[in-house]
Amino acid sequence: MTEALEPAAKLDLAYWMRLTRTLDDAIVAMWKQGRGVGGTFSGKGHEAIAVGAGYALGEDDVVAPMHRDLGCYLVRGMAPERIVANQLGKAMGVTSGRDANLHGLGDLSLNILGFVSHLPQSMPAALGAAMAFQYRDEPRIALTFVGDGSSNTGLFHETLNLAAVQKAPFVVVVENNQYAYSTPLGQQMAIEDIVVRADAHGVHGEIIDGNDVAAVYRAVAAAAARARRGEGPSLIEAKTMRMLGHAIHDGAEYVPRELLAEWEARDPVVSWETKLVGEGLISEEMLSRLHAECREEVEMAIEQAEKAPLPDPDTVGAGVYAP
Amino acid sequence: MTERQLTYLDAIAEGLMVEMERDPDVLVIGNDVGGSFGGAFKVTKRVAEKFGDRRVRNMPMTELGFVGAANGMALMGLRPVIEVQFADFISTAFDSIVQYAATTHYRWGAAVPWVVRAPSDGGIRSGPFHSQNPEAWFVHTPGLKVVAPATPADAKGLLIAAIRDNNPVIYFESKPLYRSLKGPVSEGDAAVPIGVAAVALSGDDLTIVSYGSTVHDSLQAATELAREGIMVEIVDLRSLKPLDMDTVLTSVEKTGRALVVHAANRMTGVGAEVASRIGEEGFGFLDAPVRRLGGLDVPVPFSPPLEDAYRVGPADIVAAARDLMQW
Repeated sequence: MTEALEPAAKLDLAYWMRLTRTLDDAIVAMWKQGRGVGGTFSGKGHEAIAVGAGYALGEDDVVAPMHRDLGCYLVRGMAPERIVANQLGKAMGVTSGRDANLHGLGDLSLNILGFVSHLPQSMPAALGAAMAFQYRDEPRIALTFVGDGSSNTGLFHETLNLAAVQKAPFVVVVENNQYAYSTPLGQQMAIEDIVVRADAHGVHGEIIDGNDVAAVYRAVAAAAARARRGEGPSLIEAKTMRMLGHAIHDGAEYVPRELLAEWEARDPVVSWETKLVGEGLISEEMLSRLHAECREEVEMAIEQAEKAPLPDPDTVGAGVYAP
Repeated sequence: MTERQLTYLDAIAEGLMVEMERDPDVLVIGNDVGGSFGGAFKVTKRVAEKFGDRRVRNMPMTELGFVGAANGMALMGLRPVIEVQFADFISTAFDSIVQYAATTHYRWGAAVPWVVRAPSDGGIRSGPFHSQNPEAWFVHTPGLKVVAPATPADAKGLLIAAIRDNNPVIYFESKPLYRSLKGPVSEGDAAVPIGVAAVALSGDDLTIVSYGSTVHDSLQAATELAREGIMVEIVDLRSLKPLDMDTVLTSVEKTGRALVVHAANRMTGVGAEVASRIGEEGFGFLDAPVRRLGGLDVPVPFSPPLEDAYRVGPADIVAAARDLMQW
């Protein structure tokens, strides 16, 4: 594989994952302190998938992240203050107060498609983008994230089948985080690995460790390269664990604590930093400086978002239709 | 100069071809639309012959998936025209339409410019799943536009306008009109603006508000009523969302009586909205209560006497009009 990571890229990944974790922790804290609006979601545990996949794409490629993929929005260039403002329903948020938390964080200038709560809907949308690139003979690809829950829907299968038939430049990253809300995998499906669903449709499939950012990067870069060469779609099943509840209100008491402890020991952000320290790419001192920089960036974003005005109620009807 | 006459079906095909010729971003997707087959009703036959497989694409039987893919194509600036083989099957694509396409521009400002062509309507003995008029589902959904042409000229013109519109538009075409109806159609670019009703017949005594095939039932009824001295005005809505209430209210102000007629079942149909808006905004014009005619609140039945009992026909319209004239 030519998808080896240069030292600078390794450090980049460390930065984006730490920034993601810092912002995620800060948002959870805000909501626990009552400074939030409505509900919110944490992507804790998913940083390697969100960042690694986002980082592996070209600038012109299109991506459809979901609510566990804070890191993907960040790495693709969405400013943290716009994300926090969106969570607070502010006018300067990505959706100008129209959609909640990470929902609808779409921005075509960043080639990001916003999602709807019906998560597998991102699959055909991203596939359609890929088909548009194919139609126009552009060397671009589209990637979508979905969860284990979505992989049970008809639309998941419809999209994989259509992608295979069209030989579209399309990549699906399934974030298998063991639970769809409170329902564990064993009650969702009778198969061990979701990747067999790719095989069934003639889509290239592979399983990776979703807590290893280098593995995610390599797999997505390779899938993107295949897609760009006209070799069709891929599905990457990234195994991980949802470290907090489904949403902020959910204590996830239904998840065995031992399971969480097991995955905590494999924390994707910490393990990557430890690896880079071990390789001598970064010193402990540089690492603390990186953490401090991320904290500062997040604090500034939150301050800006909290100060920003709410939308004018007179604008409630604006934008239902495109001009 | 005698104007060229086209069938309703050929007018749809011509509208599609005008736009495909003009704009390379317009493409057709759907079940059985391409190749030498050209669609269950052959609407895309000439289109497929002319533009080939790249621009007229057969899809697997995955309406939710391919309408969802059209969302992504449209977000990238293409203008897919999607044929759902029968309007009845549009329910399988519901999330892709009402959750994704309809909300995207409001939520994050990106346009989703596609058209779903939905062959709808019954009276042709096709049973419960090939006869439906499900337009009310979509008229109820913010972010969509809905049109329903009644004439060949509007079939062509509204399709052109729908393709050029930067929003998701559901285009309900009436199957019973495909080959039974011919009318004058202008050559070339003959767009008909979305959101503007037409007065299909002028009269002073009673306003019939209708769209689609029941415009023709209303015209037939009007001929009979004219023999009795009842001069009917017919407003053909053409667009169901947005609704052109100005044209409706202007007519009701003149006639003082309103009868709303559609083929879809009456219960919370488009007619319910039109009737209540006449009540709210034109109460002072009225000499009689607003009446509605529509299909019965039952699935569309197959057997001819049952389907005839289900559907509104000219005789029902004549009877309702006579009733209204008693006030």
